[in-house]
Amino acid sequence: MDVSYVIHPAPAADEPKPSGMDDALLVHMYEQMVWVRQFDRRLVALQRSGRIGTYPPVEGHEACQVASALALRQQDWVFPTYRDTGAMLVRGVPMERLLLYWNGRAEGLYIPEGVKVFPIAVPIATQLPHAAGVAWAARLRGLDEVALAFFGDGASSEGDFHEALNFAGVFRLPIIFFCENNQYAISVPYARQTASETIAQKAQAYGLVGKRVDGSDAIAVYQAVREALAEARQGGGATLIEALTYRYGPHTTSDDPSKYRPKEEAEAWRERDPLLRHRRRLEGWGLWDEERQQALERRVNEGIVAAIRAMEAAPPPNPDDLFDHVYAELPPRLVRQRDELRARLAQREGAER
Amino acid sequence: MSGRELTLIQAINAGLREAMRRDERVMLLGEDIGKNGGVFRATEGLLEEFGEDRVVDTPLAESGILGTSLGLAANGMRPVPEIQFMAFIYPGFEQVVSHIARIRMRSRGRYTAPLVVRVPYGGRNRAPELHSDSTETFFAHTPGLVVVSPSRPYDGKGLLLSAIESEDPVIFLEPMRLYRAYREEVPDDYYTVPLGRAEVVRAGHDVTLISWGSTMRDALKAAEQAEQEHGWSVEVIDLRTLSPWDEETVFASVIRTGRAVIAHEAFGHLGLGAELAARIGEECILDLEAPVARVASYDVPAPLFQLEDWYAPDAGRIVEGIHKVMTF
Repeated sequence: MDVSYVIHPAPAADEPKPSGMDDALLVHMYEQMVWVRQFDRRLVALQRSGRIGTYPPVEGHEACQVASALALRQQDWVFPTYRDTGAMLVRGVPMERLLLYWNGRAEGLYIPEGVKVFPIAVPIATQLPHAAGVAWAARLRGLDEVALAFFGDGASSEGDFHEALNFAGVFRLPIIFFCENNQYAISVPYARQTASETIAQKAQAYGLVGKRVDGSDAIAVYQAVREALAEARQGGGATLIEALTYRYGPHTTSDDPSKYRPKEEAEAWRERDPLLRHRRRLEGWGLWDEERQQALERRVNEGIVAAIRAMEAAPPPNPDDLFDHVYAELPPRLVRQRDELRARLAQREGAER
Repeated sequence: MSGRELTLIQAINAGLREAMRRDERVMLLGEDIGKNGGVFRATEGLLEEFGEDRVVDTPLAESGILGTSLGLAANGMRPVPEIQFMAFIYPGFEQVVSHIARIRMRSRGRYTAPLVVRVPYGGRNRAPELHSDSTETFFAHTPGLVVVSPSRPYDGKGLLLSAIESEDPVIFLEPMRLYRAYREEVPDDYYTVPLGRAEVVRAGHDVTLISWGSTMRDALKAAEQAEQEHGWSVEVIDLRTLSPWDEETVFASVIRTGRAVIAHEAFGHLGLGAELAARIGEECILDLEAPVARVASYDVPAPLFQLEDWYAPDAGRIVEGIHKVMTF
């Protein structure tokens, strides 16, 4: 796939600062990407040492997730896939919750009030109609809210992708479809998902705006999402953003990408690394140096360590969590089953004593 | 309370109108439900009264209808999507079982899906192929969903209003064959029939006959016939809510009569009757005079309409079921 016309490997030495973004934001964006990368690497390490379950790494996607999440406002909604840990962190889902989730703990499913993030979508593309529905409700209720839904290149083959974009077009919904096109759906390359040259061009068929951005360029991603947000707020409807990116690692910790991707390809993408690139820019503008880098890494690491400690100090799983939240009110059959489990566990505890 | 003689479809229409007048969050969406008033006319006149934002003709896309309904519900609306025929819900099945049913659990109560999916179902209506499925088991088998099926106009309105009030997602199965079968007095005012409660619609003491939705009329006919022909006193229960179903009413009746027959239009194999029979076996074994009998459709795909009267249970087959348990 030819990505050359949107991907710019290195920033020019004299690249001007972007308009409409202040220094604090440019720095914050970088700090958040560093945080996401460190947290993500730590999750992989935790899985490797058997301290959490299977995990789908983010590395390579940081600019897509961090910059788009930062471009939204507090009242806007995010619909993450399983690979969008970075976006969830930036939006305010606590690290401890994400750790608990990937460790198979029901407590990790909770998203704090005020954080407008939907549960992680595990099937492919099913979150896109949800996002369209949320955006639709916002429009009907006269709320100034925009929904942003993440998905991958593989998801564009699913029927729900088509149905959601179609609804968004027909009802002019305030929504941003954000495709993190990393060019592989597990092992299957882009060319097997579609004969369409780009994902972005599919927008045209639905009457939406389609855009392609360099997903390794946090500033480009931020600006694309800001424009889409403005468009949505002004009643202009939905935008489909295709961000070109690459996952450096496996699909999940159970996957081995060397079976289906040449090593050199990943290496080439690392040269366009979103963090490196943004750091060079900040340094060029006099906004960053090695001292700051080390202080940041220390700070981030302390936060991550504290969150891991909190996860590991969590009380044992509560068997009632099996039953709570199935219905608004527990029906008699489930009351009976819950009580049966409680009694069985109490008996076992008694026997162990 | 004043009332009018209404058919089931008119009662459902009246229920929708009542809910929309009472709660501005209630909106309808689906295929042909606006200008056309629905293929069965369930939504007739509602576009005119409530406008295009609340009575929405959508693209022809069931997964889109159900998936956006979840989003609408999660963000403060009370959507009532219509699926045109039961077999057409299958493209949206994933949205129902993986998301609508689980959103409360998957967010520990932070997000919920208070929505009602209206689904005309069942056969013996001389409809084309794939327009007469009765696959309520798929949904009754899914935790998190409430599955309801009214068999009469009064319940059609009252159960629908309860379903719309419910904080849980409801699959509302409307027996197509009974849409215009008969009229009964339906109150003009707002009223509800509780979810999760079966109704003893005919008292009796020899045998309990449990049915619902599209088979209810045949069950009542069979009860009359059994009484006239054999002098057996048949208690008839309309289950009304298929999941979670009313064990209390069912067990109390079976313990009293000592015999049970379950009649439904779904296939016998893994039909809801199998679950009822198993639970009756577990809870009422010492009171049973005979094994529980099931009368259901044969375990074959719903046929073209010239064969459907042989496929689905009618009053005659239900009487045979009663005969089996009475003469065991």
